Amino acid sequence: MTSAAPASPAGTPPGPPTAPPGAAPPAKDAAPRSGTEDLTEPKVVPARHYGRWAVGAAVLVLVAQFTHGLVTNPAWEWEVFFRYLLADSVLRAVWVTLQLTAYGTLIGFALGLVVALMRLSKSPLLAGVAWAYVWAFRSIPLIVQLLFWFNLAYLYEELGVGIPFGPVVWSFGTMHLVGAMSAAVIGLALHQAAYAAEILRGGFLAVDPGQLEAAAALGIPRLRQLRRIVLPQAMRSILPNAANEIVSLFKGTSIVSVMAIGELFYQVQVIYGRNGRVVPLLMVATVWYIVLTTLLSIVQYYVERHFARGADRAPAPTPVQRARAFVRTLTSRRPLAPLPEKR
Amino acid sequence: MSTAPVIVDVRGIHKSFGAHPVLRGIDLQVRAGEVTVVIGPSGSGKSTLLRAINHLEKPNRGSVSIDGELIGYRRRGDKLYELKEREILRRRTRIGFVFQNFHLFPHLTVVENIVEAPISALRRPSGEARERAHALLARVGLSDKADAYPRQLSGGQQQRVAIARALALDPQVLLFDEPTSALDPELVGEVLDVIKDVARAGTTMIVVTHEIGFAREVADTVVFMDDGVVVEQGPPGDVLDHPRHERTKAFLSKVL
Repeated sequence: MTSAAPASPAGTPPGPPTAPPGAAPPAKDAAPRSGTEDLTEPKVVPARHYGRWAVGAAVLVLVAQFTHGLVTNPAWEWEVFFRYLLADSVLRAVWVTLQLTAYGTLIGFALGLVVALMRLSKSPLLAGVAWAYVWAFRSIPLIVQLLFWFNLAYLYEELGVGIPFGPVVWSFGTMHLVGAMSAAVIGLALHQAAYAAEILRGGFLAVDPGQLEAAAALGIPRLRQLRRIVLPQAMRSILPNAANEIVSLFKGTSIVSVMAIGELFYQVQVIYGRNGRVVPLLMVATVWYIVLTTLLSIVQYYVERHFARGADRAPAPTPVQRARAFVRTLTSRRPLAPLPEKR
Repeated sequence: MSTAPVIVDVRGIHKSFGAHPVLRGIDLQVRAGEVTVVIGPSGSGKSTLLRAINHLEKPNRGSVSIDGELIGYRRRGDKLYELKEREILRRRTRIGFVFQNFHLFPHLTVVENIVEAPISALRRPSGEARERAHALLARVGLSDKADAYPRQLSGGQQQRVAIARALALDPQVLLFDEPTSALDPELVGEVLDVIKDVARAGTTMIVVTHEIGFAREVADTVVFMDDGVVVEQGPPGDVLDHPRHERTKAFLSKVL
């Protein structure tokens, strides 16, 4: 209470706060000077964020310095960078990287879906096997696993199809079947499946159980419940995590360079091993990784938007729609209309 | 009493959750075209009874049959064989269920919500199912909301869509689990009006509710449940105005 009345002299017992001497009663001060002024719409003066502006200026200077360094420092060797950015060997390597990512993602998520459904099934045996799968493949470092697959022929010279523990009907040499590329795809996909299974399971669990109950009460067949009711709603929480996984798989493909597969990172290593221009070639790889991740992020935005239907009363406009609205207001020479509010 | 055939036949249902008994031997018969309203205090087992009727809860003992066909089991000789989920789902299409919290599918439009089960469970052609959905929407007064998403509707409108969705299967019996308990007071009336309208059209229904006025107006039979048993049942004039049991009297004095 005493703190509320700082004007009262020290030592006086706390009482109702009194106005400091000399201060005019607030009511008089707030009264309009001129009778014609419209009090319902007073002029608004925006708050002045001096601190924010100062920090902003400092950051701008740092960014400018960094950019200046990028352009003027000859050690970046930009002419080497541009010579290799679109070179055939690099483009082929980008293609291999994309293939590894695509196969890893497709096979990984397909297998992950099976593992997730097993884990959620009522059979304790299936659930246990699924749990063990995730446990095993999350525990083994990807690089170790890849080397195992690469050396499969050392472990098993032949693989065959036949009666379990009985005679083999058809067999083939492991050497011919599992080349470096397929060993890489198998390794990436099995690794990815463990993570995908957990992401999918998390998505399914996030759906309101009432939704399944309603679907069951309506007699909708089981598979249809999953595909039509659960999966579309689970997608909302699956997608951000899945996109993370795809991006990290995409960059994780650089690990298969240990198996001498001509993907992006291996290829730039080969080139700078030959010409010694390490930094510009690492920049080539960096820029490709950034560009492709950006494309993936854009795809992610629109896919997420698709699965958000029904979640918002009015969906927010896409960046493209916002840009168009902005251009329209410019060309129509009307005062700038406020952009639709982001929800 | 009516001489219409018994549609819903519940015999000796017991159900426990863990060590806690929720239903302790329920018998209930509902004849075709009748409206049965189940009332009782919270935790008396009303909702569990309703959920046991369409096998959302598997009873520990006892049986439920709809129009002479057991729900969840097949009888051969003196043995009951548990049905697989596929067959349970098929039999459930004869029982409409309206939830307290609507449980509409939020990612589907109103019409898609209604046609989903007729198309996937009853294999009706899509055009026919849509036509019927629009007719049902007109009946619940929501013709203009066919292409809206559930979140764009008020609670009362959502519940009316849920009723249309249940009716789209042409069920032999319609179960309502506290259909107005999640609604703002001013929205209760519109939902009760729709339920009354469906009742007058001769649909057999069992309604769990706290709306005593609705029970008095619409019910052929009022069932009072407490502590997992049916304490008394009869015409609303008897049970609601001249209850014979102390527990019924005590409950009614609190809610009336």
